[in-house]
Amino acid sequence: MLTSIKTNEFAGNKGKELGMMYFRVAVILFGAQLLMGLIAAIQFLAPGFLFELFDFSVARMVHINALVVWMLYAMIGSVYFMLSDETGHEGVAIGLGKLAFWVLTLAVTVVVLVYIFIQVGPGKESTIWLINEGREYIEAPRWADIGIVVVVLIFYWNVFATYMKGQKTGIMTVMIADLLALAGLYLAGMFFTDNISMDQFWWWWVIHLWVEATWEVFVGTLAAYALIKIIGAKREIVEMWLWIEVLMLFGSGILGLGHHYFWIGTPEYWWEIGALFSALEPVPLVAMFVHVLYDWGKEQGIAKAEGKSGSVMNNGPAMAWIVTNAFGNFLGAGIWGFFHTLPQVNIYTHGSQFTAAHGHLAFFGAYATILIGMFYMGVQYAYGVKVLRSTFKSKMGIFLVTFGVVGMTVALTIAGYEQVLVERAELGGGWSAFFAAQELPWFVQAMVWRAIMGVVTFVGFVYLVWDLLTIGKQAKAAQEA
Amino acid sequence: MANKNVSVWTSIPFWRRSAAWVTGFATILLIWLTFDTLGQITMGTDADLKNGVDKRVPAATVINYKIDYKMSTKRGHEVPVIGGKQLFFGKEWSAKEAADLLHLGKLTSQAKNCMNCHTLLGNGAYYAPDLTKAWLDPAWQNGGPLQGMTGKNTVEEAMAEFLQHPSQYPTHARMMPNLGITADEAKGLVAFLKHMSSIDTNGFPRNFSKTVDQFKSGGTNAH
Repeated sequence: MLTSIKTNEFAGNKGKELGMMYFRVAVILFGAQLLMGLIAAIQFLAPGFLFELFDFSVARMVHINALVVWMLYAMIGSVYFMLSDETGHEGVAIGLGKLAFWVLTLAVTVVVLVYIFIQVGPGKESTIWLINEGREYIEAPRWADIGIVVVVLIFYWNVFATYMKGQKTGIMTVMIADLLALAGLYLAGMFFTDNISMDQFWWWWVIHLWVEATWEVFVGTLAAYALIKIIGAKREIVEMWLWIEVLMLFGSGILGLGHHYFWIGTPEYWWEIGALFSALEPVPLVAMFVHVLYDWGKEQGIAKAEGKSGSVMNNGPAMAWIVTNAFGNFLGAGIWGFFHTLPQVNIYTHGSQFTAAHGHLAFFGAYATILIGMFYMGVQYAYGVKVLRSTFKSKMGIFLVTFGVVGMTVALTIAGYEQVLVERAELGGGWSAFFAAQELPWFVQAMVWRAIMGVVTFVGFVYLVWDLLTIGKQAKAAQEA
Repeated sequence: MANKNVSVWTSIPFWRRSAAWVTGFATILLIWLTFDTLGQITMGTDADLKNGVDKRVPAATVINYKIDYKMSTKRGHEVPVIGGKQLFFGKEWSAKEAADLLHLGKLTSQAKNCMNCHTLLGNGAYYAPDLTKAWLDPAWQNGGPLQGMTGKNTVEEAMAEFLQHPSQYPTHARMMPNLGITADEAKGLVAFLKHMSSIDTNGFPRNFSKTVDQFKSGGTNAH
């Protein structure tokens, strides 16, 4: 991947080259996310660690912001990467797209440095304009919000104009509509109000309608694209599935927003609406899981019937990550989400480690996995490798990262379970109840295991990066030999 | 023949149209509900408070009133109960003063990044206690350990003192760091917390702090 920085490796496809630029930054931010997570995990066990130097709030803010930003980078990169395959054009203004990339990367760097070194400001408007907005996940200061909007407009125009100029596949049609909604929703998070209920009402429009609606549809389109590219799935079948997925994802996810409106001052009718629609949210995730495995089996079966031996996959590690995505999305977003989505349960689990458990497995299962799959497709393209096979490092990477995240999730679920029973059910919340539950050995043990599994994840990440940096070159050398 | 679909279930245009209709319908329903909800969560007025009109989110002048959190048999969970007048930092605040103070408090809560350790209305990080009903927490009341440690005589003064010098007070091994909160900002934050405790959260948190005393005294129900 390092050598692929040289543009001559790209056979002149500027759109894919720009996609790879986004992928590289995404991998770096992914690493930053994991490091910050490790700091925060240690602080749970040793609260004096970096106290008043680099507090939990800072580590946690950078942890979740790096997460959101690396995923957005990888998503933008993926769109640029698939653009020429889907539309038949490289992109109408890739030069401008590159300028936008550098502007965005510079802005992200400044924002992160300010988070790390300035951290907090006085209670004035200037703080939310220049330092941080203090709203979970979308902490980016207002100046950066505006910058992000400008960059996203350039990106969207680039994609839209290319789409209008080229062929209009079903995949690209869904992508164009989805990106418009995704970008537009960000605006709902760009204002200040003294009313905390109003604040959180609109804040969830951004967070929920991203991760439980538009991002999920984005993943559906990426999976559709990847299945065509990797196993040669039939476009007609993949696109029909995609429309069914859009139907089910938006049909459940849009009103599923109600499950965030149980306790923030909003009316009681959200109990029923939120419970019903969010309970339906796992259904499309089952469908997506079935779809990926079915298509894979079908293509393999056809190949076998035609007397071909070997795998239909032309990219082993990418396919491994996409299958992990199919399963992880269902398990992390679907099952772990359903665990606590009914108001009768959620009144006790809301704001406990249960949420953290769900968050870890869902972001990983639904998004990290497929985006890592896209990184491997990028490497395959950059080196002109016809068939990319998994190496020992690929296998160690996917195994350790997945094992680590599942381990963290199980640990956090146990911590959340203890918290729900002791802090909430037994002691009724409050300051003393909170700390009574945090001190119990069951909670502490869970947090120890969470930290250990965090380290496992990080080791897996090192293997993953090492593999991304070397697999292309090795495969190309083997191909030429 | 190959181009003709034998069944509507394998027809892409059918699924495309269905997806569009379902998405459109869900979106319209969401927008309609949003208008209704926005009306219900808009902050009330000082006149509402004076006339005893219950609002889900009361006016900033709710800081001039005593707030309680009581079981409502009708609704089946606890609801905030706004009682008689109560001085806040030794005075009654005008509508303008109260609104300005709440504004400062809300702004400070964001500027100091409270949400990345605490939860507000249950949303945020899970490293420090939920602040939804912090104003009503027994630990901050007269005789409670947190008020006692600050040497102050009211909830608001104790909270403001703590917020300005959090790491001076040994609350727990997991201490709150000093965030450079000024005296004015601390007052604003306490007003923000008191206001938040008056929001009707449909009974969250449930059974708030009811059995803490019993737990700490080592007691059980087996008397």
